[in-house]
Amino acid sequence: MINGAEALLCSLLEENVNTIFGYPGGSVIPVFDAMYSYKDSFQHILNRHEQGCAHAAQGYARVSGEVGVVIVTSGPGATNVVTGLADAMLDSTPMVVIAGQVNSPLLGSDAFQETDVVGITQPITKWSYQIRKASEVPWAVARAFYIAREGRPGPVILDFTKDAQNEMMEFTYKKCNFIRSYQPYPPLQQDSVAKAAEIINKAKRPLALVGQGVLLGHAEEELKAFLLKADIPAGCTLLGLSALSNDFGLYKGMLGMHGNIGPNMKTAECDVLIAIGMRFDDRVTGDLKRYAKQAQVIHFDIDSSEIDKNVKTTVSILADAKQSLPAVTALLNPTKHSEWVQSFDSCEKEEEDRVILPEIMPAAGPITMGEVVHKVSEATKHDAILVTDVGQNQMMAARYFKFTKTRSMVTSGGLGTMGFGLPAAIGAALGAPERRVCFFTGDGGIQMTIQELGTIMQYKIPVKIIILNNSYLGMVRQWQELFYRERYSSTPMVNPDFPKIAEAYGIAGRKVVKREDLDAAIEEMLKNNEPYLLEVEVEENGMVYPMIPAGASVEQLILGD
Amino acid sequence: MENILYTITVYTENIVGLLNQITIIFTRRQINIESLTVSKSSIPGIHKFTITAETDKDMVEKMVKQIEKRIDVLKAFYHTDDDVIYQEVALYKIGAEAMLDNPEIESIVRKYNARILEVNRSYAVLELSGHTEDTQELFERLKVFHVLQFVRSGRIAITKSTVERLSDFLAEMEARNPEHPCEK
Repeated sequence: MINGAEALLCSLLEENVNTIFGYPGGSVIPVFDAMYSYKDSFQHILNRHEQGCAHAAQGYARVSGEVGVVIVTSGPGATNVVTGLADAMLDSTPMVVIAGQVNSPLLGSDAFQETDVVGITQPITKWSYQIRKASEVPWAVARAFYIAREGRPGPVILDFTKDAQNEMMEFTYKKCNFIRSYQPYPPLQQDSVAKAAEIINKAKRPLALVGQGVLLGHAEEELKAFLLKADIPAGCTLLGLSALSNDFGLYKGMLGMHGNIGPNMKTAECDVLIAIGMRFDDRVTGDLKRYAKQAQVIHFDIDSSEIDKNVKTTVSILADAKQSLPAVTALLNPTKHSEWVQSFDSCEKEEEDRVILPEIMPAAGPITMGEVVHKVSEATKHDAILVTDVGQNQMMAARYFKFTKTRSMVTSGGLGTMGFGLPAAIGAALGAPERRVCFFTGDGGIQMTIQELGTIMQYKIPVKIIILNNSYLGMVRQWQELFYRERYSSTPMVNPDFPKIAEAYGIAGRKVVKREDLDAAIEEMLKNNEPYLLEVEVEENGMVYPMIPAGASVEQLILGD
Repeated sequence: MENILYTITVYTENIVGLLNQITIIFTRRQINIESLTVSKSSIPGIHKFTITAETDKDMVEKMVKQIEKRIDVLKAFYHTDDDVIYQEVALYKIGAEAMLDNPEIESIVRKYNARILEVNRSYAVLELSGHTEDTQELFERLKVFHVLQFVRSGRIAITKSTVERLSDFLAEMEARNPEHPCEK
């Protein structure tokens, strides 16, 4: 007989969990007590705030493809992971959070550190469940991992009462592989496969939009075969970045509000639009009433609720991309769309001349964000994992960091959570210990979760932190400049000396103000496998271009020159 | 697109908290639930929700998909009034004095085919099932005699199609996985 707390750990071992992000507290002490005896089985990372646990688990999950695991206490412990749950829900990140809960007789009595965790989390999780009996632990954990991982992934929370943690039970474990009310992998419909292939075979100007579904489904190779056979140019969404490497000939850049000109403009010119594992977010489509109206739309997705949600499809293929892409590819005629593919070149040239070169290689003036990102990407030979915070730093990093390996981009796309980056970078470094992690952030975002420097210190996590400091909340400043008559309301920021903060945490660091010092600083940062904080003072009024203003159509992008 | 009244039927596992999971899908879109009935279905262990709401076709389609996306929901459907046979029950409590003093109540009861469920020294309880218009009409007729209490149930509905779509779904799911270790 073991108690429920130990049963939880045994269940996690059955699910091959070896890393847990957690923070103890009154209602979860039995679990941490049990963990004392399982020190050799788990690496427990004590973040400095529960929000950090959640984002770290997300970073871990995104680079490793495994389920991220979090253990926190009841009440504030649980409410502090709410942002992470909402983020993981929107970005389809597999995560299992176990939150302690007060003793079950106290439920509903406003007991100390009691909150209605199931009620709060229902709209932002794939599944939330309260465990009130130790005997339910194996069943609930097995189900939680199955739900978090299979189909379109997402977060699950288990609300675990303290009496259930202490109750004794007989432990047996059975992995979950079926829930009759949940169909994670809809069976592929051959008729829609045939219809899609027929449309693609007739297409003169096909364009593929690649989303994170390709990465989540491990379908990168299948995607390449599909694109190559029918010579289809492709753009990636923010979360789809690194599904295709930058040197892949048919990869034409990033979609969306700050994406590249080619893939954005061409959505208004293509005759067949092929969306693969993406959800037509408003940051990608702009005004839906004017989005790709000329095109027939084929939508590959695993989640039926995404089909026809934002854009009406001509044909939908509801299945795992790993299965559906090869099925369609098999029916495609090998074709060339040379003229169409080449038509992207002029867009690239225009963007290169008017936006990219002035940003990444400015002749004079203050250092720019794009310049720093470009240099770090070059210095890491484009094979590092990129983690970003949210805002201008995120868009600049997404635009100018290059990828040669898959699963190399960790960012908060759907929820746009400032403060996501630092803990997510910790998770990414632990989830892919063999890879280098470069984290770009702003002076605003870093300060939302800056306490995680303590986690980096304690566990010597080799994250390279690059703060692009413009002394503003830059993205809001950009909107204020463009759309609010330069009324910079509450966006200027007086900042601390960041390398000094790093120093206090025993983390090496340096601040760069002059362009001529930048290369040496980057070299110093990358010379070893230790954490490092590089603060770069960048142009205060830098802007991210191109930009499709919110509510405009994709062709109305502005270049700002 | 035109707003009309849709009947949404949802089959779920019998798990605590499902009602909230379903209603928040309406709340998030600011769609008012007109009526809601939950009960055990004909299949043991499976609960059936019957919900009515006024919205357009596009929205009801999306909401049904979002409802079905919840893990413990087996299946969700939407119907127009033409697709279903539906019914509501209404109860009316009338003071004993009003009953005795107004002989026309008898003819109203007769005309509407209402049932008398209870008569005692203080009051009588009438029952009528029908569509909202029918039960409302009886209420309007009785109002002059001072109705002490009036209550109407949510809608229950049965589809006109002869196939039970949920049974097919369950058979299909279970054929795909004859042993299901994950069911409690």
